[in-house]
Amino acid sequence: MTGMPEMTGVTGMPGAATTGTRGPEHADAPDGAGDALVLAGEKFASRLIMGTGGAPSLEVLGEALDASGTELTTVAMRRLDPTVAGSVLDVLGERGIRVLPNTAGCFTAGEAVLTARLAREALGTAWVKLEVISDERTLLPDPIETFDAAERLVADGFTVLPYIGDDPALARRLEQAGCAAVMPLGSPIGSGLGIRNPHNIELIVEAAGVPVILDAGVGTASDAALAMELGCDAVLLASAVTRARRPGLMAAAMRDAVLAGRRARLAGRIPRRRYAEASSPAITPGGTAP
Amino acid sequence: MKVTINGVPREVAAGTTVAEAVSEMTPAAAGIAVAVNDEVVRRADWAATRLGPGDRVEVLTAVQGG
Repeated sequence: MTGMPEMTGVTGMPGAATTGTRGPEHADAPDGAGDALVLAGEKFASRLIMGTGGAPSLEVLGEALDASGTELTTVAMRRLDPTVAGSVLDVLGERGIRVLPNTAGCFTAGEAVLTARLAREALGTAWVKLEVISDERTLLPDPIETFDAAERLVADGFTVLPYIGDDPALARRLEQAGCAAVMPLGSPIGSGLGIRNPHNIELIVEAAGVPVILDAGVGTASDAALAMELGCDAVLLASAVTRARRPGLMAAAMRDAVLAGRRARLAGRIPRRRYAEASSPAITPGGTAP
Repeated sequence: MKVTINGVPREVAAGTTVAEAVSEMTPAAAGIAVAVNDEVVRRADWAATRLGPGDRVEVLTAVQGG
C-alpha cells in the first residue's frame, strides 16, 4: 500500500472530510460534479490542470487535452525557433483552454521573475506557475529562490502559483506572501512515484486558506485520486498522460480519478479500524437472523 | 554593429529596431515577447526601441512544457 496514509491515532483519520479548516465550506457541495475550483476568483469546472510537456505531437496532445476535460494548462517559455511549425498556443486556443505559463528551467529568482514578465507580455496573462529548480538531476524546487521570486512577483501584480516541496511551513509562508495557491509535489517531476508523503500533503491542506494543487509525481490514476482524497483542490500532471502508451485513454482515466477522489473527499471516508465491523445485522445467540 | 540574439552573435545595421529584429525571425508577433539586456521591451515599444552595440536580445515564445 505504498503511498497510503498511516493511521494517525486520536487526531482523526487521514482523508476525513471533516478535518481541516476548509471542511465546512466544502461540505455544502453535494457532489464532485458541479463544484467548481476557484483560483484567484476564477472558476474552473475541472479540477485537473494539465501540463503539455512530453507529448509526442501536438495532435496527440490535443486528443489528450480533450479527453482530460481540463480548462487550465501550462506552457513553458523558450527562445523562439523559427523552424518549428505549429504552436502549443494554437492547440490550447482552439479548445478555449486557459494558458498558464510556467517558469520551468529557471534556477534563480531573477530568471524566474524575468521569465514571468516575458510570459505576461507574450501571452497576456498575469498568472504564473512559479517554478525555480535547484538542480537538473532531481528538478526539486529551490525553496529560497522560490520564496524570493514569489514576493517579487506578487509585488508586481502577478497571480502566483508556486511549485514547492511537500513542506507545510513553506506553504504557509507563501500563502502569507500573497500567493493565490500552493502547489506541493507528490514526488519529483516525471518520476511517476506518486505521493511520497501523504501526511505532509494533509498538513498543508489543513492549514491552507488558498487552494492546494498537487503538482508533480503522479504516475497513474490512483495517485490523482489519492491527492483529491487527501483534500487537495486540484491536481496538475503532464508526463503521466503525455508519456503513457495511450495518452488519450490515460487522460480520460485521470479525469475520472480526480472526480472520484473529489467525491470521496466530500463524502467523507469511514475510519480505518484494526478489526472488522460487521455490515450485516448481528445474529443474537440462540436466535435466527432476520 | 554586433548584437546577440537568442545567444547567437549577429551583425545588424546601426539603428536596427526591436521590431525589425523580430520580423527577421518570424512573421508572427502574437505569443512572442522580447527582452533586451534582461529587461522586457513591451510590444508597443518595439518599433521605437533601437538596439545598441553589444545588446543581448532574447525573443521568447510558449512551447510545450510543465
